[in-house]
Amino acid sequence: MTAAVFIGCSFIAFGPALALCVCTIAAEPLRLLFLIAGGFFWLVSLLLSSLVWFIAVQIGGSNNASVKKNLLIFGVMVSVLLQEVFRFAYYKLLKKANKGLMTISQEETLPISVRQLSYVSGLGFGIMSGVFSLVNILTDSLGPGTVGIYGDSPQYFLSSAFMTLAIVLLHIFWGIVFFDACEKKKWWALALVILSHLLVSGVTFQNPQYEGSLVPSYIIMMLMATWAFFTAGGSLRNLKLCLMCRDKDFLLANQRPR
Amino acid sequence: GRHLKGEPSGCGLLFILNFVSFSSGFCWANSVERKIYIPLNKTAPCVRLLNATHQIGCQSSMSGDTGVIHVVEKEQDLKWVLTDGPHPPYMVLLEGELFTRELMLQLKGSSRISGLAVAISKPSPAQGFSPGLKCPNDGFGVYSNNYGPQYAHCNWTVWNPLGNGLAYEDFNFPIFLLEDANETQVIKQCYQDHNLPQNGSVPEYPLCAMQLFAHMHAVTNTVTCMRRSSLQTAFSLNPEEVCDALSDYNVWSTLKPINTSSKIDPMDEVIIVATRIDSHSFFWNVAPGAESAVASFVTHLAAAEALHKVPDVQKLPRNIMFTFFQGETFDYIGSSRMVYDMQMDKFPIRLDNIHSFLELSQVALRNSSVLWVHTDPVSRRNESIQPQVMKLSLLHRGQSESLCLQSQPLPPSSFQRFLRAKQIPGVVLADHRTSFQNRYYQSMYDTAENILMKYPEGLSPEETLDYVTDTAKSLAEVATVVARALYQLAGGTGNTSAIQADPRMVSRMLYGFLIKTNNSWFQSIIKQDLKGLLGDELPQHYIAVTTLVNTTQLVQYVLANLTGTVVNFTKEECLNPEKTPNPEKEMYVYTWVQGSRDPNSTSRVPFCVQSTVHLTKAASPAFELKQWGSTEYSTWTESRWKDIRARIFLVASKELEIITLVVGIAILILSLLATYFINAKAHVLFSSPGDGGAVAY
Repeated sequence: MTAAVFIGCSFIAFGPALALCVCTIAAEPLRLLFLIAGGFFWLVSLLLSSLVWFIAVQIGGSNNASVKKNLLIFGVMVSVLLQEVFRFAYYKLLKKANKGLMTISQEETLPISVRQLSYVSGLGFGIMSGVFSLVNILTDSLGPGTVGIYGDSPQYFLSSAFMTLAIVLLHIFWGIVFFDACEKKKWWALALVILSHLLVSGVTFQNPQYEGSLVPSYIIMMLMATWAFFTAGGSLRNLKLCLMCRDKDFLLANQRPR
Repeated sequence: GRHLKGEPSGCGLLFILNFVSFSSGFCWANSVERKIYIPLNKTAPCVRLLNATHQIGCQSSMSGDTGVIHVVEKEQDLKWVLTDGPHPPYMVLLEGELFTRELMLQLKGSSRISGLAVAISKPSPAQGFSPGLKCPNDGFGVYSNNYGPQYAHCNWTVWNPLGNGLAYEDFNFPIFLLEDANETQVIKQCYQDHNLPQNGSVPEYPLCAMQLFAHMHAVTNTVTCMRRSSLQTAFSLNPEEVCDALSDYNVWSTLKPINTSSKIDPMDEVIIVATRIDSHSFFWNVAPGAESAVASFVTHLAAAEALHKVPDVQKLPRNIMFTFFQGETFDYIGSSRMVYDMQMDKFPIRLDNIHSFLELSQVALRNSSVLWVHTDPVSRRNESIQPQVMKLSLLHRGQSESLCLQSQPLPPSSFQRFLRAKQIPGVVLADHRTSFQNRYYQSMYDTAENILMKYPEGLSPEETLDYVTDTAKSLAEVATVVARALYQLAGGTGNTSAIQADPRMVSRMLYGFLIKTNNSWFQSIIKQDLKGLLGDELPQHYIAVTTLVNTTQLVQYVLANLTGTVVNFTKEECLNPEKTPNPEKEMYVYTWVQGSRDPNSTSRVPFCVQSTVHLTKAASPAFELKQWGSTEYSTWTESRWKDIRARIFLVASKELEIITLVVGIAILILSLLATYFINAKAHVLFSSPGDGGAVAY
C-alpha cells in the first residue's frame, strides 16, 4: 500500500518501543546490553518453538484444514510456554551475571537493579517479538496493493500494527511482573502471567474478526499495565502527586542527608 | 509467538529451518503476498524492437505501471477511460475485436492510460486483423527508385491491405496479451465486484487494479543501443548490454551432396528452392505463422522428401538446394546474409552457380486449387532471363494458372534479395493473385484454424497426429507439383508421374509445427537428451535473439529424417565421423537420433542418419560490418529487459494511506512525550514509602 502505510504502520507498532529505547535505554550502556541479550533469548525461544512446530507438521502433516489448525494451536501454545521458559532462564542468567558484576566492580550495590532488569528484558523480548511478527507484513505493505482481493478485510495492515503494539507493551509488563514474582517467589503471579500470555495468543485465532482479537488484547494490556505499575512500586498516591505537580514538595519532604 | 491469521509464521521461520531439514517447502511468495496479489501467468508482453531509425513496441516504467482496471467491451466504454472516469490512470482490458488502429491511436494520445491488456478473441475477428505493414519489408526488397520505381513502396499492388501497422508503432505504455480465458474472467470478476459504478455513483475504494512490468532497456534506435552495448562490453567489468540483434540459423540441404569445405565447380548449376520459417505478431514470441510460414515450409519439406525418393536423382545434371530462411519477417535477415556470404565467397555455392530460383510463398489458402506464379517484370526484360522464366511457369500448366501479366511485381519474398545481387530467373509460387489471401498476416490469429485444419472430435493425440486433413491433401498437391517441376528443371528426363508427395507426412508435419511439437514422431527423430525442444503448448515461430530456436532445430531434424538415409554406424562412429576413414565423410552430416519407442518397452532404438542438412548463420550483415544505421541490410534488434510479469490486486484510497501515516506519527509523538514525562518523574512514580530519594534510577 505504499510508503505512507509502511511508515504509518511501523510507527504505530514500534513508536512506543522506539520512544522507550531513546529515552531510557540509549544513554545507559548496561541497559542496552541487557536489552539486546533479552532479544537474543527471545530469538532462541522462537527457533526452538519453530523446530517443534515444523517437526509436528512433518509428523502429523496432512492437507486437512482442521488438522492444520489444530497443529497451529499446538504450535502457538508451545511457543508461548517456551518464551516464558526462556524468560525464566534469562532471569536466572541475569541474577548470576549481576553477582559476577558485583564481585568485579567492587561496589556495594548492584549496578543495575532487578526492577530495571525486568523492564529492560521485557522490552527486549517485546521488540524482537514485534519485529518478527510485523516485518514480513511491512515489506508487503510497501507494494502498491492492499489486502482484499480474495475477500479478506482491507484493515489487515492496521490491525497487525495495533496488535504488534499491544504485544510489545505486554511483553514489558509481563517482564516486570514475572521477575518480581520470581524474586518474591509468588508462583501464582507467574502462573497468571503465563495464562494471560496464552490468552492473548489464543485470542488472535479470532482473526479476521479484528474486534474479537484487538479489544480483548488491549483490555488485557491495560490490566497488565496497572499490575506492572503497582509491582514496580507505583501507587495511586505517587500518581496523584506527579499529575498535580507536587512532586518537588514530595522530594524535599523526603530528602535525607546521604 | 502469536499469529495474526491462522497461517504459518511465514518464510522467516522456514528459512532458518531450511538448512536444518533440507525440505524446501513453498517459499516462493510469502503468505501475505499471496493474499494481496493474483499473478497473471498466461500472458505475452509487447516488447521493444529497434531498427536503424526507429523504435517500435511498448515500454513500461522501471517499477511497473499500475492502473485501475476498466473493461472496454464496446466503443462507448472508452469514454469513461479517456474523459469521464474519476480515478485515472486506467488499465484497460480490451476485447480482441476492438483491438484496431483507430482505438489504439486514441489510447496512445491519452495520458489517462497506464497500460493495456488485450484478451485474445475466440474465434478470430471476422473482418481480419493484421498488425503488420501494408507493404511488408518495403525498402529491403529489390524494388527501389533505381529498379522498377513504379513497383516500389507497393505503388502497383498493396500486398497486405488489411495491415494496420500497429506492430510498427511506438507505445509508451505496456500492452499485454491475455491468452487464457480463465484469467480474463478472473479480471472481469474483480472489475465487476469492485469497479462498476453503482447506480450511477462513483465507484468507491478499494478498487481493482492491475500492474504490468515490462521495462525495456534499449531506446531510440539500433545505432544508439548497439553503441551503448559496445561501450559496456569494452569498458565495464560487468557489462550491461541493452539490446541484441535478431539472429538465428538458416537450414539448407542439397539433393546431391557437396563438399562444404570448398567451393563447388563454377560450371555446376544449382536450383535454389526457398521458403521462410519465421513469423511475427504484435506480442513477443506469439507467432503461430500458419499460413505465412508453416504451410510453406511444410510443403517444401514434403517436396524435398518426394524428390529424394526418385531413384535416378543422383544423376541429374543440376543440383537442387533446399533452403529454409530464418528471419525473413524482419527485412530478410536470412536471405540477405546468404547472398552476402555468396558474394564474399564464404558459402560453397556462388551466385554464378545459381541456375534458377523457386520460392514458395503463402500456399495454403488456394482458391479452387489455383496456384499463382509470380515473376519479376523488370528482370524479365533481360533477354537471357525471359525464356527461363517462361519455362518455369509453363511447368505448372495443368495444375495452376500462369501469370502472364508482364507488369505485376514480386510479392515480398527472399527471391527479391537474390535479385538485388544478380538477375537470376526465378518465380514465386503463391495462393494469391494480387493481395494476400491471408487475412491474419503476421498476427496471433494466423493459426491452424486460419488454414482450415479441422480434426474430428474425440481423437487421441496419436490419432490426431496421423489423421490426414484436407489442408494436408491440398498442400501435398502443391508439393507434388513443385517436386515434378524441380525434377524437370534439374534436367530430369524420366516420367514424373511417380513423384508424389505423401499427404500423411504433410499432415504429421502440420500437426507437429502448428498444434503440438511433443508428439511421438518428433520425439523419434530428434537427438537424444534434448530437453526443452519439444513442448506441449502451441508452437511459435519467432526468430528471437537466442541461437537455434526450436523451429530451426525441428526443421533441421525433419529435413534430415525425410531426405537422409539410415546408416549402420555405432553411436561412436556416428558422433565422431572423422575418426573412421571414408572419403565421403566430408559430404555428409551424421546425426544420432533417438528413434521411436518400442510398443512393449520404454526404451528407444536409436540410429544414425546420414544427410546433407547444414546450418548457416542468419545474422544480418549490418552487424558483421558494424553498420548499425544501414539501409541496405536489416538492422532489427530486440531490447533487453529484466522482469516481465503482470498481476492484479486491490488499491486503497489515498485518504486511508494518509490517515494511517498521521496515526502512526501521532502515536510516535504521543509515546515520546509520555516516555519523557514518565522518565522524568520516575523517581517519584516508582518509589514506595520506604525508599525515599535514594532509589537508583
